[in-house]
Amino acid sequence: MPRHDRLPQRNGFSAGEWIALAALGVLVACALAPALLAPVPPLAVNPAEAFTPPSLTHPFGTDDSGRDVLSRVIFGARDSLVIGAVATLLGLAAGIALGALAGGSRGRLLAPVRFIADRVIEALFAFPGLLLALLLITVWGPGTASIVVAVAISTAPGYARMVRGGVRQALGSGPVEAARLQGDRAARVWATLVLPEAMRPVLVLATLGVGHAVVLAAALGFLGLGSPPPAPEWGAMLNSGRPYLTKAWWITFFPGAMILAVGIATTVIGRALERERRFA
Amino acid sequence: MTGEGWWWRAAARVGGAVAVLVTVATLAFVALQFIPGDPAEAALGGPGSQASAAALEAARAEFGLDRPILTQYFDFMWRLLRGDLGVSYAQRIPVSEVLGNAIGPTLLLTFTALLLAWALALVSVVIASGHSRRARSVASALDLTAAAMPNFWLASLLVLLFASVLGWFPPVSTGGFSGIVLPALALAIPTAGFLAQVCRAGVDAARTAPFIESARARGETELGIRVRHVMRHGLVPGLNLTAWALGSLLGGAAVIEVIFARPGLGRTLVTGVLGRDVPVVLGVVLFSACAYVVVALVTDLVISRVDPRTESRLAQAVPRA
Repeated sequence: MPRHDRLPQRNGFSAGEWIALAALGVLVACALAPALLAPVPPLAVNPAEAFTPPSLTHPFGTDDSGRDVLSRVIFGARDSLVIGAVATLLGLAAGIALGALAGGSRGRLLAPVRFIADRVIEALFAFPGLLLALLLITVWGPGTASIVVAVAISTAPGYARMVRGGVRQALGSGPVEAARLQGDRAARVWATLVLPEAMRPVLVLATLGVGHAVVLAAALGFLGLGSPPPAPEWGAMLNSGRPYLTKAWWITFFPGAMILAVGIATTVIGRALERERRFA
Repeated sequence: MTGEGWWWRAAARVGGAVAVLVTVATLAFVALQFIPGDPAEAALGGPGSQASAAALEAARAEFGLDRPILTQYFDFMWRLLRGDLGVSYAQRIPVSEVLGNAIGPTLLLTFTALLLAWALALVSVVIASGHSRRARSVASALDLTAAAMPNFWLASLLVLLFASVLGWFPPVSTGGFSGIVLPALALAIPTAGFLAQVCRAGVDAARTAPFIESARARGETELGIRVRHVMRHGLVPGLNLTAWALGSLLGGAAVIEVIFARPGLGRTLVTGVLGRDVPVVLGVVLFSACAYVVVALVTDLVISRVDPRTESRLAQAVPRA
């Protein structure tokens, strides 16, 4: 009994997708204006209230120094989302450049360029994401800037592969052929036809990529390679809560739940955008 | 179509893998050139070592740092080829020895996690391949959550639940079976989520493929179709990801081994990163990249035997004249 009732349909966003969008909206609001939303400053220490479990005054509890976990999580959205977004943009730029180089170099003359670009993409792809980031951080030393660039470079080969495929496909397509026959200059063909066509699926994928970058950056923060301790970054918060896991689970739980929320929301929205794109 | 042509294409694919490995090593060499500060000083224990000018000069000569960059590059590649990864700055023993001591526990952990991930993914896909829409949506929501779950957070939750509250497994990885359960689960669950998502897409595509209709027309039973055709083809996209999954498990092992205080490559790597022990970090990363390339090659060749339709994809790997 074959069922065809699950065939993809274009009917706008579903309820779940609207929820994901709303959740992401709240997180972005936190990132843009944490001071407006957080009940207390994220670094306000209050030793008398250390390890308070979640309550009405401290919905997410307090940490080992009596700092409000909710406020820290809200301020952490800024660090984590900005790192994720900037790293994704950089990774996209590098990926598009590399992919266009590999996909667009045609003919005998440019064969070496294509060969090298292809090998660089495959080689970068061979490094497991987190490990490549760790290698780069060892080279440059820890810190937020290192994390951003390291995450960008580890995500670039995935984008590059897609752009490469897209460029190759676009170069062989009817409109490009027509523009060429018309005598349009190569630069114009690339700017108006090839790149837009090749980049569209990648830009959608980048929505998912932001979530991935946030998790990757949090993992590096968790290993203590990001901003120094008191800074409210989700990964670093998880790490500092670890010794008190049994005593105060909330210090670890809420920052991680935020990372999970970003991951789920970006995946759901990215997929919805991809579905709409296919039917557009 | 697995005749002589297949062997040629396979040989081309092996050649491609070798080219990728050479590029991997080259990129690593390039990355090394970006290390700030004096590499001779780093080899002598970093800026704090107060090394004398004579000692620096000696180190430069010893590591060949005074020679032209191309000579250094070929020297680097030649030493890699012989498995010589240099000497750990911190431990003062060859990196190959450091890796040799750490590889066993990590391979055990990653393969356990890989098997576990496939088992979990299969259960989810089989449940969702049934006709109940509710089961499908529950399974896909679970996959989505699992795939988005940061493994270091999951590890903490597992420790909290199974070690602290229930007391079934130790919170710190001791040797033996009970010590590997929680770390393997923490690694396997997110990977299982990814595999299940990809396999489900493959199963859905296979479900409506023409060869299913023809199998049905031949009078095969629905169960036979589901097992022999839908599942077999549906799993190919997942199998394609085996190398990726292994890579992400190796990366995940870095964090998980730290959390569970397990010995292994991951913990060696993180210690190396924190201490800026460049040769050790480079060794672990190069080893993982090689493992990725080899596993990707093997899965590609195996899949091209399993699913004849991938023949054309393999053919694309052959450089066209």
